[in-house]
Amino acid sequence: MKQKILRPILAMTGALAMIIAAPAQAWEPKKPVEFIIMAGTGGGADQIARLLQGLIEKKGLSPRPFIPINKPGGSGAEALRYLQDKAGDDHVVMMTLNSFYTTPIIQPDLGVDPTGFTPIGLMAMDTFLLWVHTDRDDITDLDSYVKAVKSTGKSWKVGGTGSGQEDSVLTAMMEAEFGYNVTYIPFPGGGTVAKNLIGKQIDSTVNNPSEQMAFYQAGSSKPLVQFTGERMAAFPDVPTAKELGIGIEYYMQRSVNGPPGMSAGAAKFYRNLFQELFDSKEWQDFCTSDGLTCDTMIAGSDLGEFHATQYVAHEKLIEQVGASAITGE
Amino acid sequence: MVEIADLLAAGLLQSFEPLNFAMILAGCMAGLFIGAMPGLGSVNGVAILLPVTFLVPPTAAIIFLAALYYGAMYGGAISSITLGIPGASTAVATVFDGRPMAQKGKANQAMMAAAIASFIGGTISIILFTLFAPPLAEVALKFGPQEEFALMILAFATFIGLGGDDIPKTIFSILLGLVMAAVGFDIISGKPRLIFFDLVEFQRGIGFLVLAIGIYGIGEMLWTLEQTGGKVKLDYVKTTWAEFKKHLGQIKAYLPTTSLGSALGFFVGTLPAAGATPASLMAYGLAKTFSKDPDSFGKGNIAGVAAPEAANNAASTGSMLPMITLGIPGSPTTAILLGGMIIWGLRPGPLLFANNPDFVWGLIGSMYVANFVTVALNLALIPLFVRVLAMPFTILTPIIFILCFVGVFATTDRMFDVWLMLALGLGGYLLRKLNYPVAPAVLAIVLGPLAERSMRQSLIGSQGDVTTFISISEHPISLGCIVIAVMLMLYPVWSNYRRKLANRSTL
Repeated sequence: MKQKILRPILAMTGALAMIIAAPAQAWEPKKPVEFIIMAGTGGGADQIARLLQGLIEKKGLSPRPFIPINKPGGSGAEALRYLQDKAGDDHVVMMTLNSFYTTPIIQPDLGVDPTGFTPIGLMAMDTFLLWVHTDRDDITDLDSYVKAVKSTGKSWKVGGTGSGQEDSVLTAMMEAEFGYNVTYIPFPGGGTVAKNLIGKQIDSTVNNPSEQMAFYQAGSSKPLVQFTGERMAAFPDVPTAKELGIGIEYYMQRSVNGPPGMSAGAAKFYRNLFQELFDSKEWQDFCTSDGLTCDTMIAGSDLGEFHATQYVAHEKLIEQVGASAITGE
Repeated sequence: MVEIADLLAAGLLQSFEPLNFAMILAGCMAGLFIGAMPGLGSVNGVAILLPVTFLVPPTAAIIFLAALYYGAMYGGAISSITLGIPGASTAVATVFDGRPMAQKGKANQAMMAAAIASFIGGTISIILFTLFAPPLAEVALKFGPQEEFALMILAFATFIGLGGDDIPKTIFSILLGLVMAAVGFDIISGKPRLIFFDLVEFQRGIGFLVLAIGIYGIGEMLWTLEQTGGKVKLDYVKTTWAEFKKHLGQIKAYLPTTSLGSALGFFVGTLPAAGATPASLMAYGLAKTFSKDPDSFGKGNIAGVAAPEAANNAASTGSMLPMITLGIPGSPTTAILLGGMIIWGLRPGPLLFANNPDFVWGLIGSMYVANFVTVALNLALIPLFVRVLAMPFTILTPIIFILCFVGVFATTDRMFDVWLMLALGLGGYLLRKLNYPVAPAVLAIVLGPLAERSMRQSLIGSQGDVTTFISISEHPISLGCIVIAVMLMLYPVWSNYRRKLANRSTL
């Protein structure tokens, strides 16, 4: 009995010893890499991070595994604080979204400066659409949507992923634009938001395409308008807000960043790794099917500049709609 | 119905293909060991072994990972019972009665009960899954914040409900757990709250495993040391075939709670965001509430081992349901499985059943087989596992202390949590000395955040109207749960009253 158990263990130890003995020249991870996701499971960021993690393993891009860890607490505050505290750690990277900017702006006492993090690579720009349940026969386009919201008033429920998250910013922008007031209900992730729309616990969402795609294909939800510059290939029949004369264009950045003070060698390793993922057929196919824009990967210091610009833009945006409109206080 | 039978038969055949069957064996075996290691649970196991699955076709891959998930549920019970440290968060409730049983020299009985209850739980839920997956997905969709909150209240009620435990002390313990659950970021506004001594580390909250390992690992050890002065002699019984046969005769004793735990576990598992840990705790509470002898719970009642073990296995199957039918994971482990499915080129969601029947039915078929494999494997290994108890106490205790340290550090990767575990362990020991039940605090720290979120979501949605939870037209399920919860909470008052009446009449 004992021998039967010992043998595989011995074999495993042997294999492990071989891996450890392999010579390392350029910087490489020496232990599993924490792949932090600043959002809940099933959401866009989560899906992307888990796809990337799988591709890293499949292509053998890292000698040590990437372990995805969700830290959705406080609209990304938990994850941001965590990464900040990991300053100088070379074995942690984070999949970010726009709350990377908005949460530190809304919560200055968090003590996090996102421009101080180590920029690695911008994997994609994600898009937003306005979704309702297909059973809402009275809503066929943006006009009828606005009419329905206005006649329902404050009890119209919009689901999102947390006050201060990008969907709450977009919801506040729409409130300002159309002159209505809705109730914004936070859920722990984009996937749960999508599910609650289908279960009719909420009336509308501004989900990313990947979060609603399965339900959309099954005919349970319908998009009314897309908040992009041009119509996406995945949704050729859905008008953009601009076409309808509404000046809302809003994107979500999906970039990978390390903690402040990551060593140059490690940053380079991750930059190369994510560049390879970005160029892969699997990633580009995912971008096309899920309506992401992935033309070139902005990396390193260029991404740092991109963050600085976006940070200022979000500061302005939040000032415009008012932080209180976003947090609902 | 005939169609389901056909598809299932094809699925079963598929799981007996050499590669798939090998995957089941490997997965169950790996899961058993990963589950048994404190600090390593199904989440880590599935994440670490995900890359292995890129070498085989998607169906074999999911079969491997699902078997591993399963195996880990069985394995978690091993260290819970023999060492008194939960092997995984899903096995915390197993410690409540498993550990006392081991101390009474009934470790092998507890392990057999755990294995058999797990088997029953897994089998009941896979049958439910096979027959009712699409309609159950509809029910899961109907579960909004109000319903979730009502379910949580029900869970708390089962813990307050009846028992030899002092009710005010139970409530105190629950409140203590809720306070600890509230530490960290506010889940709605994202602002930090209850940051003790302004320590930044508290912003990340108090981890549930940190508390559980502290209380049950450290606290329990201190208590045992004090009670026995280190001269403890654990009875170590050889596991024999005759004993197993005797055990089979006892199954009756825990069959009702096991069935109840299985059904509850499966259902809780299907709800997105809940998972196997709350399910096992709720099943424990329920088993205790409906027991004829609630006083014996926490002191080595075999039903207290069977119920949570049945529930966590049932929940692990249940949590596959929203993943497959809705594309939303029902537990942290299925979240990782979901990632795997995307890479294998599948899109989980309402269309998966129609577009990839081979995959779905292969998985379902494999779950039946995996259940048999794991229970056989587990029963066969019991003699080996209980050997741990043959070690002298003076050697076992330091090992347990070390495993507590390793377990906490491996889960959270922070020394702060290790110190916190020690402090909580000391606190748990004091509570124990003062006769406070600690299990309710563990329950509260798991369910607290879920209850808080769903309550606040409901109240935001209803514009602060509390009656939303009991609105018969809008939330009948929620109303039903709350009515049952209130009845459970009042039950002890009622039975006390009756007991008093009976006493008076006999006097």
